[in-house]
Amino acid sequence: MSELMRRMLFLPEAASTFATRVDGLHFFVIGMSMLVATGLAVVGLVFLVRYKRRPGDAPTTPRVEAPHWMEALFLSLPLTFFLLWFVIGFLDFSWFNSPPRGALDVYVMGKQWMWKFAYADGPSSVGVLYVPAGRPVRLLITSRDVIHSFFVPDFRVKHDAVPGRYTQIWFEAPRPGRHAIYCTEYCGLMHSRMRGEVVVLAPADFEAWSAQEQGGDVATLSPFHEGAEVEEARGPMAARGRRVAAEKGCFKCHTEDGTPHIGPTWLGLYLRVERLKSGEDIVADEAYLTRSMMDPDAQVVAGFLPVMPTYLGQLSATDAAALVEYIKSLRPARPGEAVSQEPVYVPTSR
Amino acid sequence: MSPPPAEVPSYLTAEAGLWSWLRTKDHKRIGVLYLVLVLLFFALGGFFALALRLELLTPEPDVLGPMAYNRAFTLHGVIMVWLFLIPSVPTTFGNFLLPIMVGARDVAFPRLNLFSWYLFAAGGVITLWGLFQGGADTGWTFYTPYSTTSGTDVLPILVGVFIIGFSSILTGLNFIVTVHTLRAPGLTWMRMPLFVWALYGTSLIQVLATPILGMVLLLVAVERVAGIGLFDVGRGGDPVLFQHLFWFYSHPAVYIMILPTMGVLSEVICAFSRKNPFSYRMIVLGTVGIAFVGFFSWGHHMFVAGQSVAGSGAFGALSMLVAIFTSIKVFTWIGTLYRGSIVLSAPLVYALGFIFFIFFGGMTGVAVATTSADVHWHDTYFVVGHFHYIMVGSALMGFLAALHYWFPKMFGRMYPSGPAIGSAVLIIFGFIVTFLPHFLLGNMGMPRRYATYPAEFQALHVASTAGASLLAYGFLGIAGYLVWALVKGPLAGDNPWRSHGYEWASHSPPPAANFLTPPEFEREPHDYTVVEAPRVY
Ligand SMILES: [Cu+2]
Ligand SMILES: [Cu+2]
Repeated sequence: MSELMRRMLFLPEAASTFATRVDGLHFFVIGMSMLVATGLAVVGLVFLVRYKRRPGDAPTTPRVEAPHWMEALFLSLPLTFFLLWFVIGFLDFSWFNSPPRGALDVYVMGKQWMWKFAYADGPSSVGVLYVPAGRPVRLLITSRDVIHSFFVPDFRVKHDAVPGRYTQIWFEAPRPGRHAIYCTEYCGLMHSRMRGEVVVLAPADFEAWSAQEQGGDVATLSPFHEGAEVEEARGPMAARGRRVAAEKGCFKCHTEDGTPHIGPTWLGLYLRVERLKSGEDIVADEAYLTRSMMDPDAQVVAGFLPVMPTYLGQLSATDAAALVEYIKSLRPARPGEAVSQEPVYVPTSR
Repeated sequence: MSPPPAEVPSYLTAEAGLWSWLRTKDHKRIGVLYLVLVLLFFALGGFFALALRLELLTPEPDVLGPMAYNRAFTLHGVIMVWLFLIPSVPTTFGNFLLPIMVGARDVAFPRLNLFSWYLFAAGGVITLWGLFQGGADTGWTFYTPYSTTSGTDVLPILVGVFIIGFSSILTGLNFIVTVHTLRAPGLTWMRMPLFVWALYGTSLIQVLATPILGMVLLLVAVERVAGIGLFDVGRGGDPVLFQHLFWFYSHPAVYIMILPTMGVLSEVICAFSRKNPFSYRMIVLGTVGIAFVGFFSWGHHMFVAGQSVAGSGAFGALSMLVAIFTSIKVFTWIGTLYRGSIVLSAPLVYALGFIFFIFFGGMTGVAVATTSADVHWHDTYFVVGHFHYIMVGSALMGFLAALHYWFPKMFGRMYPSGPAIGSAVLIIFGFIVTFLPHFLLGNMGMPRRYATYPAEFQALHVASTAGASLLAYGFLGIAGYLVWALVKGPLAGDNPWRSHGYEWASHSPPPAANFLTPPEFEREPHDYTVVEAPRVY
């Protein structure tokens, strides 16, 4: 029965404990509305036909006013239902806002235009949230720039990511599966591409994934790593370039570890052959890199949007050179490693 | 019914020339001036709606890129909300009819009334200029910190809407004073036409809520210019504060849009079923109740924005009370048909469409005000469907009902009934095809303000776009026969509907002074127990 209702209303599968709980209320509210609508429509149509003016009808009508009991009924009957729905809804809402003890904590950060997930014991991921089946997961959500909203339709779960705040929601997915994540708070140019995916793994698979993540993945450096570390690894000029990049906000759009983002990743960019919007191919040499800082719209790589501001007059010659040196220093671990050209993560369709 | 003496010209012919219109203090001419602007803005907003629908035909961007799409939905929203829906009924039909319905010669402050129109025109021009040259991409809601950091030029729009806000406040003030001081002998509060009650309730909201909007827009502007950090967490501010201030105005603003059209409904249903309202008291109670409780439910826009759980509960419960006041009106309108003598003319067709749409718009409003259910529906197409049922389905149908009911009153000419009913049916049908899929899209989880979307949503988007094209044909039809009627339509006579509403107690179109002799209202409006229509003063 509820499966039939779900399909009729185009609701996606109910893949969390909250979804099964709240769907019942969806059906109650919508079913009741339909029932009353039918009733009112029938009454209205009967009146329209029965009291249609016919030739020869008297030009006057009797004065009819609702008796008091009917007025009281009009007030109290809908109010009873509305308040009933409110009570059921609020009980579920409070439940949804109270994460149980022992839940797995995942830190969720929204930024234009991607989702990042970090686990208390180390691993992190971009675009894909891995969770174990059958265990409550608490999400601690925040944003690095504007307001976003984390939404998983299959879980019926959503919460805004507000800069400067950690908000929390929780869910429990009973079965392994894959579920789309959308950003539902308008956040600018690529708002509609700010998608991701929840992958619910069987508990054992999740443990394996977590262990593997903790073992590897040390090659990437976050933009907030110590300058000394970089200097040691890549030389003083590159280290300066990295500082400049952090100060000028380059990392808002470019990544240094191959992660797809708004602008092309810098990893392995130097001397890479890039296909431009215009269709021509260019080699990303020093001249191209410098030109792209000063006149970014001139030669945009295909698949990316011309959103980069110009840094003409904002970068000293030394800073620009340092940036180029830094980009040059970012080579993939293995030569020829493929670098994704997709601007942001888009979940594979199911 | 006495024919108008030949030597007394109507307000349309009392003075000639464009200049006489631009400096008129006659509330009827000002109403017509507003009507011209509001219809222009509506056409523009509708054009951008079509552009959006066209883009959404396919999952990938092809007509508009993401930037153009974001600008287009901002244009559509800003124009429709502030340049069309908020002024639509009060400034046009309200201005034209309120003084006549209370038996007055004009509004209380005619000069201020003209000034409001100039403010509105100036604000409108600045807003449009801002929208086209700066191309803001913030949406009509201006959520911070996006609106304070967006690289597009938001400032002129903030200024434009700020100015329009003053126009709205002054109109409201004018109506309140008019209702309090200029009622004709015999017109007690509980005999006022329900349209006057609706305008009165609306005016109260306009005067009390609009200053908050002005303040919050100003704060966003100051934040953009001076960077004072009110909404910036980096400097101790709070972005959610903006949402509270914004919705403190913008939730009541929904009632600025919908209450006047509810007043239209009460008039049209009484006139075309030739019946007294089934319960006058309930409608008055509903109107005042909405105007009051409407102020205490803004938090239902923030159930998933980081508001406290207890706060969400309180706002959820208060929102249910607002829904009650709407539902008693629906019952009363349907009850009014009982034992009436119903003529299915174009205004009544729109009115029936209105009842249908406000029922579903209202019930889906109750659904999203139910805290736990809102978690899924919030910021999806379900909400888009919900507020389009209220704002297009109801407010626009009410506007069209008013336009068709009072067109002969305002211009003295009649439009052809067949094409009018045809267009009305086409528009109602087109509306359902356009916006019903939105509820299903929302259920599926399609977020709003998406320029691109996953392929599984496409079928419903195609249906919605198809419906939008039907709507466009309907509006073109209306434009066609109304322009024809304006020029060549047959003369309507003083009271073509034989309505017993107070406004028909003056000639159609009315003389500049509204009445040739001071009117006295001896009966309640819409008293159809007597044969003759109201005496024409
Ligand atoms: Cu976002
Ligand atoms: Cu609201």
